[in-house]
Amino acid sequence: MNTLIHDTGIVFTRELRPVLRDPFSVVFSMIQPLIFLGLFAPLLTQVPGLGAGSTLQWFVPGIVVMSCLFGASMTGSNLLMEMQTGSHERMLVTPLSRSSLLMGRALKEIVPVLLQAVILVLVVLPFDFELHAAGVVVGLAVLAVFCIGLGSLSYALALAAKGQDWIFWTVQQTLIFPLLLLAGMLLPVDAGPGWLQTVSKLNPLTYVVDVERSLFAGTFEAGELLTGTLAAVAVCVFGLWVGTRSMRAAD
Amino acid sequence: MVDMNTTMITTQDLTRHFTVNKRTVEAVRGLDLTVEQGEMVALLGPNGAGKSTTLRMLTTLIAPTSGRATVAGQDITGDPRRVRQRIGYIGQGNGAGHQQRGRDELVTQGRAYGMDRSAAQRRAAELVESLDLVEVADRKVSTLSGGQRRRLDIAMGLIHAPGLLFLDEPSTGLDPQNRANLQEHIAALRERHGTTVVLTTHYLDEADSLAERVVVIDHGIVVADDTPARLKANHAGDRITLSFGSGDEATSAAGRIGRAHRNAVVSRDGTVVRARVAGGTFLLPGLLHDLDGAGVPARAAEVSRPTLDDVFLNLTGRSLREGRAGTDVDQTRTTDSLEVSA
Repeated sequence: MNTLIHDTGIVFTRELRPVLRDPFSVVFSMIQPLIFLGLFAPLLTQVPGLGAGSTLQWFVPGIVVMSCLFGASMTGSNLLMEMQTGSHERMLVTPLSRSSLLMGRALKEIVPVLLQAVILVLVVLPFDFELHAAGVVVGLAVLAVFCIGLGSLSYALALAAKGQDWIFWTVQQTLIFPLLLLAGMLLPVDAGPGWLQTVSKLNPLTYVVDVERSLFAGTFEAGELLTGTLAAVAVCVFGLWVGTRSMRAAD
Repeated sequence: MVDMNTTMITTQDLTRHFTVNKRTVEAVRGLDLTVEQGEMVALLGPNGAGKSTTLRMLTTLIAPTSGRATVAGQDITGDPRRVRQRIGYIGQGNGAGHQQRGRDELVTQGRAYGMDRSAAQRRAAELVESLDLVEVADRKVSTLSGGQRRRLDIAMGLIHAPGLLFLDEPSTGLDPQNRANLQEHIAALRERHGTTVVLTTHYLDEADSLAERVVVIDHGIVVADDTPARLKANHAGDRITLSFGSGDEATSAAGRIGRAHRNAVVSRDGTVVRARVAGGTFLLPGLLHDLDGAGVPARAAEVSRPTLDDVFLNLTGRSLREGRAGTDVDQTRTTDSLEVSA
């Protein structure tokens, strides 16, 4: 166990270094969420089901989750590149434990996600957005747990793709938009047909988005908090399980 | 550290199969190999011969299908982590992540082998210095040249001063100058630290000049295992090429040479006669004299020393150079030729 924590720390530090050396890279991966914020949010004026607050109050938590979804789901491409260039193999011949190679990488996902969330909140602060700091902090903690799981799944996908870019990107792109739309991230699902609402309830991301919305609004509702946290923890545990298994099996 | 006079590697019936498109490919078929401490061994063979698969098993990157191997005193399947602790490995690719900085990667490697931060930093600085990376160590790896990256790979492989170092095709993709540079580094390592070195290569000159022992591998098995000099002496003779004034003269000369030297393999092609025979340089003067006396004087004569390619050709019936670009053929040939005008 000690070895695992020690090794995970080494991998985490290694993964974090390029982010710290070049923090601007975090902003680049936010371009899509920022476009949605600028060009999509203004279209949401006459949409029913956005709750009592302003449009931004409803939309911003969704966009925060979206930037996490994009960032963490793409992170496997870094591993993919290192599998192609040889540096992943270099890590595999060191005495570092296989599980730590996955966990250190997955834990690092927290950092860009938090940085992006802070930037997004700062961007909308001058507009019609009310900041509930305590809610945002708890919300980001839940999101951090979720993105560890999602990042792990992305790494597992990279390992399964065996270094082939097209497999990775095809699967990632195919999954990301259904997940995003079915979680009611861009538009509320409540107004949709029954089958769509049912499918939406099967998407763990829905519960994460829901709890982020109420936390960002400053409400701590026990039921939502429970389901949202459970969904995040479930994705995290499942992701780490699949991810460490793939890393250990990787030849 | 491992004691002196000890065996670094032993394999028994080491085998690895791959399944490719539902077909089983036997990449390594019952390999037996022993490497003693301090040896410098080259595994030589064409692409797909099983060299890299062997190396990947010995470095615990893949598990054998069957058979056993002990590396640096540890069973490779029993406790791969302890094997990894004791060996160095320089793979075909770049060890350093392209988004990282070289010095950062060296420190990470040091930490991975159990050094604390300051020890890792000291060791990294040492290697940066000795591998001539001072100016580029703090740049992003993706901006380095191929030769600089390769030196960084070596530095990473040496971070924990391993007693046993594996190199997989170390000079592939390097220009001649960087290849020579790399070979110097490997040779120096051996001289200064007594490091045991096992490398794979399909460059003949590399195996010839660097290794004291060449293990020729083909189709997943060892077909020969000896010093380059003995391999050449035992498995390939000198090649004598003689030109004659006419095809008839050549035919008659070929017959004479064949009768006089029973061990020679003689062939005729137009007006040219080729003979492969051990000690050809010593036989040639007498041979020319004899042919003069018989009235079939040679117009030109040349003796080529055997290369490891000749050894390979003799052992397997195929040339190592087949299917490869011809650019390095001239560099790999060691030809002592002497022209005799008649």
